[in-house]
Amino acid sequence: MEIMGLPLIYYGAMILKVLLAFVFVLLTVAYATYAERKIIGHMQVRIGPNRTGPMGLLQPIADGIKLFFKEEIIPAQASKFAFVLAPLVALIPAFISFAVIPFGDTFEIAGYKVPLQIAAYADQAGKVFDLNIGVLYILAMASLGVYGIVLAGWSSNSKYSLLGGLRASAQMISYELAAGLAIVCVFMVSESLSLQQIVSDQGGLFGWYIFRTPFTFVAGIIFFICSLAEINRTPFDLPEAETELVSGFCTEYSSMKYAMFFMAEYANMVTVCAVTTTLFLGGWHGPLPPVLNFIAKVYILMFVCMWVRATYPRYRYDQLMKLGWKVFLPTTLFLIVGNAFWITLFQK
Amino acid sequence: MIAPLIKGLQITLKHLFKKPITLMYPEEKPVVAPNFRGLHTLKVSHDKAKCVACYLCPTVCPAKCITVEAGEDAKHDKFAAKYEIDLLRCIFCGYCVEACPVDALGMTQTFELANYKRSDFVFTKERLLEKK
Repeated sequence: MEIMGLPLIYYGAMILKVLLAFVFVLLTVAYATYAERKIIGHMQVRIGPNRTGPMGLLQPIADGIKLFFKEEIIPAQASKFAFVLAPLVALIPAFISFAVIPFGDTFEIAGYKVPLQIAAYADQAGKVFDLNIGVLYILAMASLGVYGIVLAGWSSNSKYSLLGGLRASAQMISYELAAGLAIVCVFMVSESLSLQQIVSDQGGLFGWYIFRTPFTFVAGIIFFICSLAEINRTPFDLPEAETELVSGFCTEYSSMKYAMFFMAEYANMVTVCAVTTTLFLGGWHGPLPPVLNFIAKVYILMFVCMWVRATYPRYRYDQLMKLGWKVFLPTTLFLIVGNAFWITLFQK
Repeated sequence: MIAPLIKGLQITLKHLFKKPITLMYPEEKPVVAPNFRGLHTLKVSHDKAKCVACYLCPTVCPAKCITVEAGEDAKHDKFAAKYEIDLLRCIFCGYCVEACPVDALGMTQTFELANYKRSDFVFTKERLLEKK
């Protein structure tokens, strides 16, 4: 049986690929919370969760069940439509960015090649096609995420939430610029916006873009830091600064809606680490089987996120703005110019 | 500017490999100091409490948690007919032990004193007597 000239098993493989990737990201999100508590615990010379199941391994599931069965509370003064909509707006962009990230090489099924990237296909000759503006798509989705937070802050009708939302939007705009400019250095080397091509260009020892020129090296680090700021992780977690704003934009949220914000936060972390891996750290290239390479790199970056969280205190609001506008923005502009000269002089 | 940031990361990474100092409390119990001030005990000598009901401990007690009533035994000696410590009032300062002229009162290393009823926190003479 065939649909549009392709056998059914091909469609099955495509759907299976999407499902596997999605379930894997969901599981990673769930266990990232556990890993974070464990790692930060050990960095503070304590143990972390260890009561739920062996070594506390059932903790994320217990947390999920608890949040699922909690009472839904919508404040009387809140704008109900936006209040319910906000968690969805925060969660969905966090996951759909994954559609364009190539997490492995192609595999063959019934003579057809299936690339391990959700939004991609291979033609008969085996050439892989994906979204040719993949990086722009990721940038677009990353900036969509802030709408959820701003909406949550505004619709809660609470001062803490509103301040959290305001901070989030200001922070997002400041750091998106620097992050975007840092990616420009990648475009200069790759000469393509398609993530598939960006990854295939990074094969071999020291083929990774972060080692390509001294400027991309700095750009990679700045991109990762700016990404941390964009997804509101410590030391840039001002939108939910617990010491000042109770819980920031999610102060008024409870049960599943809160869980969705929480998941969005960790899903964003996974996405950002995956994007950094793809753009700077060679995607699925490396010594292990392709998919494992990708997973290993993403997990190492996630460990770095947690490590950074355990180390640094939160930035003050003016320091945050200063860092974004007066340090990272000029630096990335300089990197672009420097990178252009480097490529013209040494690599052409 | 960047060096101190990296140093901070080094410190946290070093701590990651240290042995956690967490005490798995209900399974592992802490070893308390020898002079730990836990639950009081009435010391026993020749099968009866050493207490002579001199009233120094209720007098010195800053929380006023000790109730003593004297009695007279068969040999016309003074003894504590009633000796009660209300642990809900007690601040575990140990002044009563210091004040005791006959070394009849001591403090044990017991610190798990949780209970269900308020009345269970009033320790009578029978409960305070040293277990041999």
